[in-house]
Amino acid sequence: MITSNDVQERTRVSQAENSGVLSPERIACLEGLVRQARAAAAVFTQFTQEDVDRIVKAMVLTGLDQAQYLARLAIEETRLGVLEDKVIKNMVATEFVYNYVKDKPTVGVIREFPERGLVEMAEPIGVIFSLIPITNPTSTVLFKCIMAIKTRNAVIFSPHPSACHCGYEAVRIMYEAALKHGAPEGVFTCLEAHTLQDNAYLMRHKDIGLIDATGGPGAVKAAYSSGKPALGVGPGNTPVYLEKTADLDMAVVDIITSKTFDNGTICASEQTVVIDDEIYDLVLKKFADLGTHICNENETELLGRTVIDPQTGFMQPMAVGQKATDIARVVGLSVKPDTKLLIAPIHGVGREHPLSVEKLFPLLAVYRANSTDEALKVCLDVNHAGGLGHTAVIFSHNDDIIRKFGELINAGRIIVNSPGSIGALGGVYNDMVPTFSFGCGTGGGNSTTDNVNVYHYLNIKRLARRTPAHMWFRVPNQIYFNMNAVENVRQFPSKSTIIITSAPLEQIGHADTVRRCLPPQTRVHVLVIPDAEPELKVVTQGVETLNFYKADQIIALGGGSVIDGAKIMKLKYESPQADIDELAAPFLDLRKRVVEFPTDKTNHARLIAISTTSGTGSEITPFAVLFDKARGRKVTLADYSLSPDVAIVDPQFVMSMPRALTADTGVDCLTHALESWVSVYASPYTDANALQAIQLAFKYLPIAYEHPRDEEARFMMHNAACIAAMAFANASVGVNHALAHAFGARFGVAHGRANALMLPHVIAYNASVPAKFKPSPNQRAYVAPPKYATAADTLGLGGQSVEEKVNNLIRAVEALLDRVGMPRSIASLGIPREDFERAVPELAKAAFDDPSWLSNPRMPLISELTGLFWKAYEGRRAAEAVTAVQQKQTA
Amino acid sequence: MAVIMTIPMSLKIDGECLTRALQSAEEQLDRAEGKLALDFSSVRRIDPNALAALAKLAGSADDKAIKVTLHGVSVDVYKVLKLSRLTSRFSFVSDDAHLAAPSKES
Repeated sequence: MITSNDVQERTRVSQAENSGVLSPERIACLEGLVRQARAAAAVFTQFTQEDVDRIVKAMVLTGLDQAQYLARLAIEETRLGVLEDKVIKNMVATEFVYNYVKDKPTVGVIREFPERGLVEMAEPIGVIFSLIPITNPTSTVLFKCIMAIKTRNAVIFSPHPSACHCGYEAVRIMYEAALKHGAPEGVFTCLEAHTLQDNAYLMRHKDIGLIDATGGPGAVKAAYSSGKPALGVGPGNTPVYLEKTADLDMAVVDIITSKTFDNGTICASEQTVVIDDEIYDLVLKKFADLGTHICNENETELLGRTVIDPQTGFMQPMAVGQKATDIARVVGLSVKPDTKLLIAPIHGVGREHPLSVEKLFPLLAVYRANSTDEALKVCLDVNHAGGLGHTAVIFSHNDDIIRKFGELINAGRIIVNSPGSIGALGGVYNDMVPTFSFGCGTGGGNSTTDNVNVYHYLNIKRLARRTPAHMWFRVPNQIYFNMNAVENVRQFPSKSTIIITSAPLEQIGHADTVRRCLPPQTRVHVLVIPDAEPELKVVTQGVETLNFYKADQIIALGGGSVIDGAKIMKLKYESPQADIDELAAPFLDLRKRVVEFPTDKTNHARLIAISTTSGTGSEITPFAVLFDKARGRKVTLADYSLSPDVAIVDPQFVMSMPRALTADTGVDCLTHALESWVSVYASPYTDANALQAIQLAFKYLPIAYEHPRDEEARFMMHNAACIAAMAFANASVGVNHALAHAFGARFGVAHGRANALMLPHVIAYNASVPAKFKPSPNQRAYVAPPKYATAADTLGLGGQSVEEKVNNLIRAVEALLDRVGMPRSIASLGIPREDFERAVPELAKAAFDDPSWLSNPRMPLISELTGLFWKAYEGRRAAEAVTAVQQKQTA
Repeated sequence: MAVIMTIPMSLKIDGECLTRALQSAEEQLDRAEGKLALDFSSVRRIDPNALAALAKLAGSADDKAIKVTLHGVSVDVYKVLKLSRLTSRFSFVSDDAHLAAPSKES
């Protein structure tokens, strides 16, 4: 092992170094150490898990073998602590740490989460600069050497100046064991004689990857001030709450064991014990019976003046790690020769109570608390008097108080019914990670509250595989279709059924048709609502009706507006507290939305939807649109709890549909199919439905429009609407609907017509190269153009290239729109250009606010939405536009 | 001998005696006439001594204005060179076309 002394002798530490400036020779020496460590760390990256595990085991065995030798060296050099305890510490630092790390993967893949597609991999840090404290100089070295080898890092050690020799010996012993078993040369180096300037130089060195500073506040602060990543682990001030339900014999023995362990040098050891009044005298007697000295007022005052520096308020170094009897002798107390611990009653926490601070020697403050509340407050005071983030202890059998203590106290380790110092080390009294470095979190100015372990010596890389989002296909589990399918309502028992419908449908007898199909014992009431997107007041009135009749079954008979109204009525009927405004909150991903629809149901009513138009598909979808009259906008609710329980797709209810309505709703159906076909949420399940609906709409919409009494055409269009709805209920729609919603709401244009005005332009838009792609884990490529081409193929539209097929599809859509009498430009609706121009900025914003586009394959820019509105206004042929763009690009 | 010499100046580096091979390569720099190719294809692992030898070779090559190209360096060894900041001192060739050249033991 190269040390700083090999390069430059200890005696050559120059005046310049002591005055704060490093000589060129010293800098060269330190650079040599870093260079060697860097090379070792680089070489170490080639080692396998088996390599490092073999070396670690050898080091641990060596450490165990040398435990007593190193403990003796530490005692001789530092004159702190207890030899036997230091031996134990060295053994814990090797055996216990080994037991924890031996099976831990630290090379290559360290953890896998196949179900999440995540793999965690280890990347060594490189060179670690490590400060070693005077209190645990050899055990900390053993611990850190094992961690470093396990993680393939090189370490430059800097032991406390008063523990240099034993620290160096510990490093040498570990290094030689490691080297013998194949570790890279130079993996450990040690500053044997050094100055604060050496430390400062290394802390700021560009090749030091991490500073692991176990030591006093100065060292920790220097580490964190260096600008380097640092594990700074500093002082504590452990409060102990000895609560009246505790096992007192156990508590007293544990506290004595802990506080006298290595003469109290472990910073997690108990500092102030707060004892409930009821047990205070008994506890003190038990302490006294076991060889402790209970100080009187004068003795406590004397100790406070002598072992605590009155200027700084911190403990005097001369007392650290000394025996209780030695401290007593120096201070002038008369104690028995076998006294192992001094106990000083105090009456408060703070500068006026000097013994309430950290005391790394066998002196314990005790406080009599008159209540649990007072006890917890005093523990908090101690915690905040230099112990934030470190360690706290509670002895109690009251779980509520233990939890309350845990909530109140800011400590990385809250030790329950066990000794603080040995408990905090981990692995002995509990299952915490064994360590010799206690992270103290932000309370202690540290970056972690963990017991520092191998994972803090690694950069953990995450290999994240692409994980397609979970998909679903959800539709009502009962869909009845074909002529007279309505008769299926007979099978559903009901005492009170409300048929919600519109006036025209009631007048032509549809409600009576349904009523006749209901069992005779069912009480039936017909609620007529306006045939328009429902307003909140309509919903409120409807809910009153449902409550009045105590409905157990709701039959929504109508087009999309009526069925949507019934869905929202049912929502409010079942969950009166449901806040529609909140439920309509925007979301990016349905599965991750912030708001949750209520799941509790008051009435458990059944919703049967019977569609009387062939377009919206509302009879099976989880969507409902409400018109917010006050704000002049449509509010879309989306949740599968809105889906009807039963859908009836009976063509008898659409045979009398007017031609214009046939066209409007039929185009809506086609738009649903085309948008869900290219949606980013499209799946094989929705694709099958979307493509089928496209075919049916192309074939039967013109017939149904031109020959309204054609039963087959009506039947097929009715099915097409429901089948398209199965697709878009799961894959959603796209930009077309976002544009149509905004435009339709602003200018009062029927939804189907609004869709028709946008449709060819949106196909052309989606089929061209996006200005912005939409993040979508389910999409393996930009598939909109080829999918449009597939649709064109399915429709037999011909064409060779994808572009040609897309253009043929657009032309076919335009021809279909023309054939069913759809307006082909917004201008043709009689909307003046200047009115439209004024409206467009708001329209584009409203369209962008509409969640419909979230599933669109192309991410729309607001400027693009503006452009699409203008194309719809002009009504320019979309296919020609596409061709023109392509020609321009080719040119 | 651990080093195999090829014509023109191309040396196959024996991964089993890496440090020695690199030292030998350094000794032969004078014969390199501006360019030296080192075939690392048999080098599976590099140790600190070899790393030091390689750094020294790089220094000598710089002094003599000889461009050193390393052929067939494995990614693991490349990472070691990268972490040791040695990659900028050499050129790297991944293909092993040069191996087709006639060679002889030196």
